[in-house]
Amino acid sequence: MTELILLFVGSALVNNVVMSHFWGICPFLGVSKKTETAFGMGLAVIFVITLSSLITYLVQNYLLEPLGLEYLQTIAFILVIAVLVQVVEMVLRKVSFSLYQALGVYLPLITTNCAVLGIALLNVTKGYSLIESVINGFGSSTGFMIAIVLFSGIRERLEMSDMPEWMKGFPGALISAGLMAVAFLGFTGMIPA
Amino acid sequence: MGMKETKNAIVNGLLSENPTFRLVLGMCPTMGVTTMAQNGLGMGLATTAVLVCSNVAISLLRKAIPDRIRIPAFVVIIATFVTMVDLLMKAFIPSLSEALGAFIPLIVVNCIVFARAESFAFKNKPAISAADGLGMGLGFTMSITLLSAVREILGMGTLFGMQIMPASYQPMAIMTAAPGGFITLGILMAIFNTVYNKAALKAQKA
Repeated sequence: MTELILLFVGSALVNNVVMSHFWGICPFLGVSKKTETAFGMGLAVIFVITLSSLITYLVQNYLLEPLGLEYLQTIAFILVIAVLVQVVEMVLRKVSFSLYQALGVYLPLITTNCAVLGIALLNVTKGYSLIESVINGFGSSTGFMIAIVLFSGIRERLEMSDMPEWMKGFPGALISAGLMAVAFLGFTGMIPA
Repeated sequence: MGMKETKNAIVNGLLSENPTFRLVLGMCPTMGVTTMAQNGLGMGLATTAVLVCSNVAISLLRKAIPDRIRIPAFVVIIATFVTMVDLLMKAFIPSLSEALGAFIPLIVVNCIVFARAESFAFKNKPAISAADGLGMGLGFTMSITLLSAVREILGMGTLFGMQIMPASYQPMAIMTAAPGGFITLGILMAIFNTVYNKAALKAQKA
C-alpha cells in the first residue's frame, strides 16, 4: 500500500508529466489562458489517462504479447486512445450532460495530447502491474492538472502586467513556465528513486 | 508544379510559418530532446521523414478517404510511418534511438504532422504536399537544432559532443534541465519574432 501511495506522489509531483517528462506541453501552453478552462481540461485528462492506462494494459498483456505483435504497439495504443476518447464523449453525453458540457470541447483535443500515449508506453517499459499502471496514470494526470491550473493562474496575472512588447504572448508565458519548473525541481529527491 | 511553388512551400516552413517559433506546434519533443545538438538534429530529421511520407500518402488517398473518418485514417497512416522510422532507427542507429526514447513513438501525436495532414495534404496534390512536408520538417529541424545547440553549449560546454568552451567554464546544469528548456525557447522565440516582424515591416514599405 505504501508503495502505491509513493508511486502516486512520485508521478504527480516528483516526476511531473509536464515539468519533468515534457509531455502534454501543447495543451499546457494552448489551454491555459483562463483558470476555468484549464481546470476543465485537467479533469478531462485525468478521466482519459486513468481509463487508457487500464485499457492499454489489457491490450498489451492479453492481445499484443500472446500474439507476438509488440511491434504494433504504437498503432494499437493510439487507436485505442482515439476510440476511447470518442466513446467517453458519447457516454458522457448520455449519462451526465452537465459534465459533458463542462468537458465537451476539451475531449477531442486529448487524442493528440502526448501525455496519454506517453504514459501508456511508460507503463509498459516500466513493467507495471495492472493496479500500478492505473495508479501511475491517475497520479500523472493529477500532476498535469496541478501544473496547468497553477500555470493558468500565473498567466491570468501576466495578462494584466506591463511587459515589454517582445515578451508579450508566448515568449513571456514560456519564461514563466521555466520559472515554475524551477519550483518543481524542489520536489527532486523527495522520494528515493 | 513549378519550381517557384516548391521553393515557396519550403521557405514558408522555414520562416513565415516556422512550426516552432511562429505556429508553436510540436512542443513536447521541442522541450524533451533538446539537451544535446545531435539529439535535436536526429529528432528533427526523423520527424521530417515521417512528415514527407505521411503528407504524400494522405495526399494520394485524399479522394479515397471519406471526410467523416479522416482523423482515424490520418492516425493509422501516420502511426504506420512512425513505426517504420522507429524500427529502422532501433536497427541502424541504436544509440540515437536510445537517447530519444519514447519521443520517437510520440511523433504519432506530434501536432505538426497532424496539422499539415489536415490543413495541407488533404487538400493538395502529392508533389506540392511533399514540398510542404519537407519545408515544415526542415523548419522544425532548424529550430530544435538551434535550441539544443544553445542548451548544450551553456549546459555542458560542448557542441555535438565536442568541447568548445574553455576548461575554466562552469557548465550551467539548469540549462539541460526543464527550466532551461522553457526559458531558452522563450528567449529564442522573442528574438525570432522581433527580427521577423521588422523584416516583414521593411518588405511592406519597400
